Amino acid sequence: MIPAPFDYVAPTSLADALAALADSGDEVKVLAGGQSLLPILRMRLNAPDRVVDLGRVEELRGITEEGDSIVIGAMTTYAELLASDVVREHAGLLTKAVQEVADPQIRHRGTVGGALVHADPAGDVGAPVLALEAELVITGPAGQRTVPATEFFQDLFETAVGEGELLTAIRVPRHTGWGSHYEKFVRVVHQWSIVAVGATVRVENGLIAEARIGLTNMGSTPLRARAVEDALVGGPATQDSVREACAAAAEGTNPPSDLNGDSDYRRHLATVLSRRAVLAAAGV
Amino acid sequence: MTAVDDRPQAEIGSPRLRKEDQRLVTGRTRWTDNLQLPGMQHLAMVRSPFAHARITGLDTAAAKSAPGVMAVLTGADVKDLQGSMACAWPITEDQKAPAHPAIAVDRVSFAGEIVAVVVARTAAAARDAAELVDVDYEELPAALDLKRAAADEVLAHPDLGTNKSAFWQYDSADAGTGGAVDEAIDKARTDGIVIEREYRQQRLIPAFMEPRSVVCDPTGEQLTIWSATQVPHFVRIFTALVLGIPESKIRVIAPDVGGGFGGKLQHTPEEVVTVLAARHTGKPCKYTETRSESLVSAHHGRHQWQRLTLAATKDGTVTGLKVDLLADMGAYLGLVTSGIPILGAFMFNAIYKFPSYQFNCTNVFTNKTWTDAYRGAGRPEATFAIERLMDELAVEVGVDPLEIREKNWIRHEEFPFTTVAGMTYDSGNYEAATARAKELFGYDALRREQQERRDRQDPVQLGIGVSTFTEMCGLAPSRVLGALRYAAGGWEHASIRMLPTGKVEVVTGTSPHGQGHETVWSQIIADRLGVPFEDVEVLHGDTQIANRGLDTYGSRSLVVGGQALVLAADKVIEKGRPVAAHLLEASVADIEFADGRFSVKGTDKGKSMAEVVWEAFTCHDLPDGIEPTLDSDATYDPVDFSFPHGTHLCAAEVDTETGEVKLRSYVSVDDVGVIMNPMIVAGQLHGGIVQGIAQALWEEAVYDEHGTLVSGSFVDYTLPTAADTISFVNDHTVSPSTTNDLGAKGVGEAGAIASTPAVVNAIVDALRPWGVRDVRMPCTPERVWRAIRSAGAREAEPTTDSAQPHFDAGAPNQDEPGSGATEQNGEVQ
Repeated sequence: MIPAPFDYVAPTSLADALAALADSGDEVKVLAGGQSLLPILRMRLNAPDRVVDLGRVEELRGITEEGDSIVIGAMTTYAELLASDVVREHAGLLTKAVQEVADPQIRHRGTVGGALVHADPAGDVGAPVLALEAELVITGPAGQRTVPATEFFQDLFETAVGEGELLTAIRVPRHTGWGSHYEKFVRVVHQWSIVAVGATVRVENGLIAEARIGLTNMGSTPLRARAVEDALVGGPATQDSVREACAAAAEGTNPPSDLNGDSDYRRHLATVLSRRAVLAAAGV
Repeated sequence: MTAVDDRPQAEIGSPRLRKEDQRLVTGRTRWTDNLQLPGMQHLAMVRSPFAHARITGLDTAAAKSAPGVMAVLTGADVKDLQGSMACAWPITEDQKAPAHPAIAVDRVSFAGEIVAVVVARTAAAARDAAELVDVDYEELPAALDLKRAAADEVLAHPDLGTNKSAFWQYDSADAGTGGAVDEAIDKARTDGIVIEREYRQQRLIPAFMEPRSVVCDPTGEQLTIWSATQVPHFVRIFTALVLGIPESKIRVIAPDVGGGFGGKLQHTPEEVVTVLAARHTGKPCKYTETRSESLVSAHHGRHQWQRLTLAATKDGTVTGLKVDLLADMGAYLGLVTSGIPILGAFMFNAIYKFPSYQFNCTNVFTNKTWTDAYRGAGRPEATFAIERLMDELAVEVGVDPLEIREKNWIRHEEFPFTTVAGMTYDSGNYEAATARAKELFGYDALRREQQERRDRQDPVQLGIGVSTFTEMCGLAPSRVLGALRYAAGGWEHASIRMLPTGKVEVVTGTSPHGQGHETVWSQIIADRLGVPFEDVEVLHGDTQIANRGLDTYGSRSLVVGGQALVLAADKVIEKGRPVAAHLLEASVADIEFADGRFSVKGTDKGKSMAEVVWEAFTCHDLPDGIEPTLDSDATYDPVDFSFPHGTHLCAAEVDTETGEVKLRSYVSVDDVGVIMNPMIVAGQLHGGIVQGIAQALWEEAVYDEHGTLVSGSFVDYTLPTAADTISFVNDHTVSPSTTNDLGAKGVGEAGAIASTPAVVNAIVDALRPWGVRDVRMPCTPERVWRAIRSAGAREAEPTTDSAQPHFDAGAPNQDEPGSGATEQNGEVQ
C-alpha cells in the first residue's frame, strides 16, 4: 500500500487524541480499524495531511453495563462485540448484524465506532443502532454530548460528529427478551449489503407488542421502517399478518441503483426481507 | 529372489502431497516482487483515465524534479525504441490491427493504457511522482458496445477505417467434413425444429492471485528479466522481436508465479516498459502492479455475442448447427487475442454427431481493455452455447435433457470418431460418465422433488442443469497450429540429468504457476526410472536452464510436456543399457530394465540405476563408443489433441421472491484419462468448477457509458470465496488417451468449461413454468427476478408454434420479455 504522504499521530488517551485533532488542520482523518479508510488511502481517493490513529486509546474499548443501557466503546472491534454475552442477551440485533459483516479478518480489525462514523449506508451497524434506539456519545473540545441515533446519521458518509470531535461510545438501551434477526441480502458473502433488514420484536401472547425495524442501504442513511413497525404492533406474529405489514417496508425510502440492483428491485427486496426478518425475530 | 512382490507402490495414481506447497503457501519463496537487486529502481505507471482520447500535452517537469525520481519516460521519449507489441496469431491473411505501443504516443485507446512511466529510488517515490505527471487529453468518441462497434458507428482506431479485425469461417461442406448447414436449416424449417438463440458471454477478468510483477536487470552480458508470467519462453522471443534485442542477449526467468488462468499468457506492455526503463537508466528496475491496475490493464477474457441456429428433426436428431459470433478484441490484439474465439470453432459440435456445421466469427475492436486467453479460451463459450441449445431442443421435443443428448452423442463403440469440425476424438465413454453422474446425483429423486415444488407453488423452485461437455486439450500439434496461422509450434521439451549421487534433475519447458508440476513430474520419473520421489528435483521457468519450451496453457503441460518427459526417460534407460551390460559382462540385448534396476535376462545379476549412473560419471572403465552420461532430453510434438469429457449435473434452488440462486448439489464425473495424482485433479476440478460457476452467477467486467471499468476493484468485481460455494461430488471414468504414453488428457480447464452451462441450465430449468427461456450471465438475483416478472406478464398469451423466435435483421430475440435483458450503461446487457 502506497498512500499519499501524511503525518501520523498515535495518541494513547482520549484527551491526547482530541488535542491532536484540535492541533490539525481541515485535512485530518481519524483511523479506527482502518477497514474503510485504508482502501481509500491506498487508492488515493483521499489524501489527508494527517492521520490520527485511535488504535492505542484503550479507554475507547470495551463493553460495560450502565443501568438500563449497554455501553460500547467506539473502538470495540466487531469480534469483541460478537464475543459479548451482554450484547447478545440485551441487544441481540447488534450481534446478529455484526456476525454478517464481511469476513473474520475484517471483523477482527473493524470497529463499531469506525463503521458508524464512516456512515456508509450499506454498512451493517447503522440500521441496528437506529432500530435499537441507541444514543451516540460524542466527545469534543467542549466536552461530551449525546445524540439519539435518529439525529446521528445525517447523510451519505455524514454524521453528527463535528470537526474536532470523536464518537466515543454507543449507548444501547436494553432490549432484554426481544427476539431479533438481521436479514442481509448479498450476491457473495463478503460483499456490502445490497439491502439488509434488522428487526427486533417483543412478542406477548402471540401478538407483537413492540417492533423496531432498521433498513440498510435503502437510502443515503440507515432508515427506520416506521410504517411497518406501526402496522405490526398489536397484530399476530403470523405469516399473513406480517406479510401484510411488511408490504410498506419501502415506504419513504430512496434506495440507490448500482451494479447489484436498481432501486425498484431494492424496494421489492425490502418488503421480502422485512417479512423474513420479522418472522425470524418473532420465532415464527 | 523371493516370490514377494516388493516393488514400491506406483507413484502414478497416488495422491501425493504437493512438494512445492510449503514454500508456495507460506510465501517463503522467490516471487518476482520479493526480488531486491543492488541499486534497484522502482516504476510507477501513469495510465489514461479515458477510453479514447488524443494526448494533446504531457508535462513531466514536476515529476522529474520530485524527490528520488531518476527518470520519467513518455511515449514520445521511447517511440523509436519501443516497437509494437506483437500478435502471434494473425487468423487471416488480411487481419487488421492497429500499432500497439507499450507507451501510448499520441492517442490512448482504452482506460488504463500507459502514457508515462516514472522511475524512482523507491516504489513510494515513484507513485507520488506519478501523480505529478500532467497529461492533457482531448476526448474522442469511444466504441464501447460490441454490436454497435461491429456496425462501425464509432471507430476504436480511426486510422484503421473499420472496427472489424478479421472474419473467419469454418464450413463443413467446404471442408468435406459434413453437409451444408443452410440446407439443413431450410429443411428443418419446413418439417423439423429450428432453435434460434442469441447468448452473451460477458467480459471476465482472470483475477489471478499474484498481481503481475516484472524485474529487469540490464547489467551483465545478458539482459535478465524476471516476470510473473506463464510464458517465459514467449517473453524472451517477443522481447527480442519487439525491441530488436538479440535473443541470445536475453534471459527470462519466471520464478514462482501465483496463478494465471491464461491471464499471464501474454507479453505485456509493462514488461517492455520495464526493459526500456532499465536500459535507459542502466539500473535494475522493478514494476509491480496494484490490484486496481491489474483489473484494468491485464487482459480480460470472453466477451462474445453468439447467434446460434440449431436444426433438428421432429424427434430431436440434430441435423445442423450454424454459429455467428461477434468477438470483442478490446483495443488491441495481444499475443493470441484473435485466435481465442477460433479455438471454439472446433468445440461447438461438442460430443455430438452433427451432420452439418458452420462457424462464422467476426473479431471486433472496441475501446476497452484487450481480451485474450482465459481458462478454457474459446471452449467455454462454445460449450455454453451448445449445452444451452441442447436443453432448449429437449424442451421443444418434450423429453428429458439427458435423453436428447444421448440421442445425438457419439456412442462409446463409435470411437475413434471424426467430428463435423474435423477433429478426431480418440476415446471416450459418455454413457458411462452420464450413468455414474445420474447415480451420484440422485437424478430421479431430484426430478420428483422439482415436480413437487412446482405442484405446491413453492416460492423456492428447484432446477436441474445438465452439461455433457468435451474439450480439446494438449495444445497443440504444430501442423494444426500452422494451418491456423499461429506463429509458433506446439511441441514441448524435457531434459533429465542423472546426477552422480543418484539424484535426478528434471528440466521441463512447461512453466507451472500453481498446478503442481514439480510433484507430478517427480511421480512420473519415480515410476519410470525407479528412483525415489524425493530424489527428483524439477526445474523450470528459466530460459538459461529450461532452454527449450513452450510454456503452460491450454491444458498442455502433462499431455505434451509429460510425454516429452516419458520419451526423455526412455532415452536415459537406453543410454544406461550398454553401461550396465559392460558392468555385468553381458550383452546389451540381454539387459532388462525394471523398477530402477538393470538386470541380465534370466539371471539374478543386476545393477541399480545409481550404480550405472556412477559408472558413467567416473568413466574409468567404459568401452569405446559409449557416451559417458545417461543425461537425455526429448522434444515431443503431439500427433493430436486429447479430448477429456464429462457429465456435470447441478441442482439449484431459485428463490422466486428475491431471484437468489443457491446451489443445492453439484456432481461431476469427468474422464480426463489416466490420473497421475487424484488430489491435484480434485484441486483443478474444484477451482475450475467454481470459476465456471462464477461466470454463471457472479463475475462481470462492467464498463460505464464513458468506457470506465466500473467493476474496477474486488468490491464490485465479485469474486466468490469458499463461503459462496458448496461441496462438490467429483468422480471419474477412465478412458485412456491413445495419443500419449501416459494416457492423460488434461484437466486444467475442464471444470471451468463444464460448470457454466450446468448452472444456467439449472436456473432456466427451475423457471420454465414461468416461460423463462434464458437469463443473461451473470445471473444476478435482480436479473432472475426480472426474468420471472417479465415472463409472468406474458403468461396469459397463448403459446403457439410461432412463439419460437426467429432471427430478424436487427431484432435479437433475447431482447423480448422473459429474457432478463435490460439496457444498462449504454450496452444491452
